[in-house]
Amino acid sequence: MLSLSKLTALGALAIASVTLAGCEFGPKETQQTGYRGTGIVQITDPQNVVSPGQVPPPPYELPAPSGPKAGEVYQNVKVLANVSQEEFDYTMAAITQWIVPADAPAEEAGCNYCHNAENLADDSKYTKVVARRMIQMTQNINQNYSDHVKQTGVTCYTCHRGAAVPKYVWTDPKPSDGRLMGNKRGQNTPDQSVGYASLPVGTYAKYMRGNSGPARVISKTIHPTTANRQSVKDAEGNYAIMMHLSQSLGVNCTYCHNSRSFARWEQSSPQRALAWYGLQMVKNTNEEYIHPLASVFPAKRLGPQGDPYKTNCATCHQMQRKPLGGAQMAKDYPALRTVSAAAPAVPGAASATGAAAAAAAPAAAAAAGN
Amino acid sequence: MASYQNIFTQVQLRGHPEMGMPHKDGSDPRIPVTAYSYWMGKFGQAQLGPLYLGKLGLASLLMGSLAFVIIGLNMMASVNWNPNVFLKELFWLALEPPGPEWGFSPMVPLAEGGWWIITGFLLTASVLLWWLRTYRRAKALGMGTHIAWAFASAIWLYLVLGFIRPALLGSWSEAVPFGIFPHLDWTAAFSIRYGNLFYNPFHALSIAFLYGSTLLFAMHGATILAVGRYGGEREIEQIYDRGTASERAGLFWRWTMGFNATMESIHRWAWWFAVLTTLTGGIGILLTGTVVDNWYLWAQEHNFAPAYPDTGVVDPSTTLIAPSEAVIDPNQMVEDPGAPPAAPSQTQGS
Repeated sequence: MLSLSKLTALGALAIASVTLAGCEFGPKETQQTGYRGTGIVQITDPQNVVSPGQVPPPPYELPAPSGPKAGEVYQNVKVLANVSQEEFDYTMAAITQWIVPADAPAEEAGCNYCHNAENLADDSKYTKVVARRMIQMTQNINQNYSDHVKQTGVTCYTCHRGAAVPKYVWTDPKPSDGRLMGNKRGQNTPDQSVGYASLPVGTYAKYMRGNSGPARVISKTIHPTTANRQSVKDAEGNYAIMMHLSQSLGVNCTYCHNSRSFARWEQSSPQRALAWYGLQMVKNTNEEYIHPLASVFPAKRLGPQGDPYKTNCATCHQMQRKPLGGAQMAKDYPALRTVSAAAPAVPGAASATGAAAAAAAPAAAAAAGN
Repeated sequence: MASYQNIFTQVQLRGHPEMGMPHKDGSDPRIPVTAYSYWMGKFGQAQLGPLYLGKLGLASLLMGSLAFVIIGLNMMASVNWNPNVFLKELFWLALEPPGPEWGFSPMVPLAEGGWWIITGFLLTASVLLWWLRTYRRAKALGMGTHIAWAFASAIWLYLVLGFIRPALLGSWSEAVPFGIFPHLDWTAAFSIRYGNLFYNPFHALSIAFLYGSTLLFAMHGATILAVGRYGGEREIEQIYDRGTASERAGLFWRWTMGFNATMESIHRWAWWFAVLTTLTGGIGILLTGTVVDNWYLWAQEHNFAPAYPDTGVVDPSTTLIAPSEAVIDPNQMVEDPGAPPAAPSQTQGS
């Protein structure tokens, strides 16, 4: 039989292990990033550094942009028609390597993942229709959201990383059925995206769709007015999506905010404005490019609510402040950097389209007051 | 009893248990179950019992147990009655109040927060009955009612959080969920929504009294233990017949900080600090959202918080082109992805 002192020791050990289970041991590095005394620091764990990932080299040397255009040589080229045939082939080779590399599962490897081997121009595979739209999406991000992606830009690989479906995606949560059984009201579940708090877990749908309102709950006035009717529940949702941003980039709240006043821009770091453009980019990407593909995707590529897998901050960032550690990758793929002329048949309309799109997307967000 | 007794040398008496004085009023009889515990004697009195339950205690325990069980069953239902998941996620699970769409209506479907309202009512009834019990038992013993009024201060904060403030704002959703992490996350979200509660002066007062309480408790406990060898723990006797323990304790504090509380006043200090913690805290919560909506701005306005240098960052949503000036060209889309593909794909999404 256990003696009392042994029991006490065991009990103390059990209590200690339970209380300390959430602690991360080991050294930490802190770096001051804001005004002294405001606690604006970044804390990193040097023993658990997340690898930024390897950028695959270009398939071969980028060919000169001369020679016949892809649209003249190939049939049914709708987006990259004005790219030279050689650069077109080079881009296709790179995309194959990024999305369906040789080491992927057999049914997801090589050109035939998207193309009908009998007739490469055929649009019968859904993957080809999706890929075309994804190329437009990449061009749109690089051209119209340089406030976020800067001159580094993005390629398919930024998200896909050698997989047909990017690792970090989201779909709409199941709406509450008004019953008690199995209903956690969209929260109260240990989840990495909210830092294992009990905050709402399905907030992407609230903040990352085209019609999403701004992630802002704090009043701009000292006293209550009708201008801000948001509840503490709304604050929990806002808190949750901010935890997603923080987790996706591997940063503290103070990377962007002065925590004494999360709302005030003149107290925030420039990164906060960068993140704001990123949120507009994600909303535009999900609404204009991904969500409309719901009818194109087969059921196995849709979430339980029948909506396609959409992007959030983690899709590109993958726990890095800059995706792929800020590697300059897009510079090797000029075909993906600017929005293509809309339709070769109306070349005059092309430049106007690009400019209009550039203005339209963030402005629409501004209209929503995000 | 002049010998020096402490937790290690205490003499534990055994004999006929102390049953207390007879009732002076018409109180229910006590439950005459008594026992001795050597180990309880190390923490306090070795004698357990007799117990007084009475009608109030019984009703309070019943209401409280019902509330506890309803919370647990709601949590169990939220994980489909799976006991493993229940244990694993216990700290995350909650019984949430009704959402903002229900306002302050008392008639909310059970699954949409109705259980929360019922549980809140039962818990409040339990707490208020227990308060009455502490008051009535103090009277029955011919004591003052200090304990009851200190308890009332805590009940004030509880009622402000769960009932008075939600009532003033007309929304149950402003109330606190029942749950371990959920109520902590609620606290953080509450502070964020109202522009940082640390700039609420009543919150600051509450913290000052809370930390002050711990400081006073530590000073008083240490002082009494330090003069225990002179019988200092027999505080009541020291109050009416100040002995060498009190003299030394007082002298110590006069030497070290120039002032000393008395054997009586130190307990008033402690009582007031404890009571004011929840009293000021409740005022702070009550003003939040009803009178002040952004405590940071309030603190700037009243020079209550320092201003730090401007970082020069501007809200980007205020610097963009107006949407009316932007032209959206439908031709930007080469092909309408919403339309069915030319050659139908194998499956259609739902």
